[in-house]
Amino acid sequence: MKSRLNTNNTYSLFSIIKSGFKKNSVLDISMSNKTPKKNYDVIVIGGGGHGMATAYYLAKNHGITNIAVVEKGLIGRGNTGRNTQVVRSNYLWTESSLLYEHSLKLWNNLSQDLNFNVMYTKRGVFSLAHSYQEARDVARRVTANKLNGIDSLYLTPKEIKEYMPIINISPTARYPIFGASLQKRGGTVHHDAVAWGFARRLNQIGIDIVQNCEVRNLIIKNNIVNGISTDKGDIFANKIAVAVAGSSTRFAEMGNFKLPIESHPLQAWVSEPIKPILNPVVMSNAVHAYVSQAEKGELVIGAGIDKYIGYSQRGSFNVIENATSAIIELFPAFSKVKLLRTWAGLVDVSPDACPIIGNTPVKNLYINCGWGTGGFKATPGSGYVFAHTIANDKPHILNEAFSLDRFASGKLIDEHGAAGVAH
Amino acid sequence: MLLIQCIYCGERDETEFDYGGEVREQRPLEPDNLSDNEWAEFLFSRANINGIHVEQWFHSGGCRQWFNLERNTYTNEITKVFNLKNQQIIRDKN
Ligand SMILES: Cc1cc2nc3c(=O)[nH]c(=O)nc-3n(C[C@H](O)[C@H](O)[C@H](O)COP(=O)(O)OP(=O)(O)OC[C@H]3O[C@@H](n4cnc5c(N)ncnc54)[C@H](O)[C@@H]3O)c2cc1C
Ligand SMILES: [Zn+2]
Repeated sequence: MKSRLNTNNTYSLFSIIKSGFKKNSVLDISMSNKTPKKNYDVIVIGGGGHGMATAYYLAKNHGITNIAVVEKGLIGRGNTGRNTQVVRSNYLWTESSLLYEHSLKLWNNLSQDLNFNVMYTKRGVFSLAHSYQEARDVARRVTANKLNGIDSLYLTPKEIKEYMPIINISPTARYPIFGASLQKRGGTVHHDAVAWGFARRLNQIGIDIVQNCEVRNLIIKNNIVNGISTDKGDIFANKIAVAVAGSSTRFAEMGNFKLPIESHPLQAWVSEPIKPILNPVVMSNAVHAYVSQAEKGELVIGAGIDKYIGYSQRGSFNVIENATSAIIELFPAFSKVKLLRTWAGLVDVSPDACPIIGNTPVKNLYINCGWGTGGFKATPGSGYVFAHTIANDKPHILNEAFSLDRFASGKLIDEHGAAGVAH
Repeated sequence: MLLIQCIYCGERDETEFDYGGEVREQRPLEPDNLSDNEWAEFLFSRANINGIHVEQWFHSGGCRQWFNLERNTYTNEITKVFNLKNQQIIRDKN
């Protein structure tokens, strides 16, 4: 397997030509099917971006490499491969801005670190305001960002139009534009590349990615976890880390504790490809919609969650209709563009729209969940602080505030709405 | 889109309704006597069931009445509709 993956390779013209003659691709990794060993230092449950990033930083920052990442399906087929790729760090509260900012900085060098182009494109992220009150809220967030050392600008409608001439800033528009925030370092990262890049690196390090292996139970004695029961038998480890997004509640049940998480469908859809027309990402809290144009030319559109809980990875059509019609009001030029496909993920929504990253009531069991509609941007940062938490059995300073007990202490981090739409 | 049977108005589009979350235990009668953990559990913890789920819906764009449904959260099939007053089953698919 290893030789086929062309390990330790840095890209060169020669290696590209050479690989051109071979039948190999990054997809070989995602198709690889490891049989797990009996024992590991750490088992990470969930082969999404967060799980794989956790394994990566356990190796890179803490020297732990005897790790299995156990995935019930194929890596990156969960929310990691279904999201709309928006990354930014302009959150309102200090706790969340610092966490997301740490992640945004890690994206900077991730392509070099993984030796795999994850296509971080700083196309800029706009959050529009459609009323005086929203404009004041956006301006407040911009100021809060600046106080936290995060680049953030407040723009007038005319300034916004310079970045995207096709936007409708008429005062009589259905959704009149009063202003917007802009984070220039925000933008997009290619989600599949993130999954493949991490998987390829884990493979090189010698970390086992075990696919098509559903974890059915945790093996717990005297409130200490030391293994998992799976499709492929029992596997044991000193520490178990759970990063399963919408399936988190099932693992809390296995550990006999409760989570404040609800799993909802979250949808996105793309149009047919068109010529480059919209450079930045544009989101609007009030209309609950956002749009960007992918490298291949499709418009990528997203909305808020479907209101009911649901595990079907399927949402209702009215969500698509509402968000699309709002986007067309903002960009009338898109009205004739045809939609190609729609899909949904299974997102883990927490009461304060912030993640839960830390220890659990079960010893040696760690959980990372609650990222809801906006965890893709945090993939490397989440893995970084979660790895620290697992290695040291206590949180990193950046995730101290994101513990499960904040719901009992009342120290919630209320990012709902304040963050400028949930993505 | 879900097609929801209101106990008064019959089958209507999901867009006419608001979702009210899972049907849960009563609000604790003496909240002052609860520990922080118990109170947090009441406020925030959810069963978040993958499968048969009993939940509250509000026909906000219609008769403005609340009622309960039993829905499979994986297949989205609505199997039972309850009257809120006496929890009597109004419709049973099974
Ligand atoms: C439509 C959509 C748009 C989004 N847009 C954005 C965006 O623009 N920007 C942003 O920052 N975020 C966005 N998000 C949110 C983001 O995708 C998620 O927060 C993030 O990807 C979560 O990563 P993860 O690794 O935790 O989850 P996932 O990628 O879902 O990984 C969890 C994995 O756990 C596995 N698993 C579950 N149960 C078991 C089990 N019993 N045994 C073994 N494995 C199991 C699953 O198969 C899955 O692969 C969006 C999400 C969706 C659905
Ligand atoms: Zn009704």
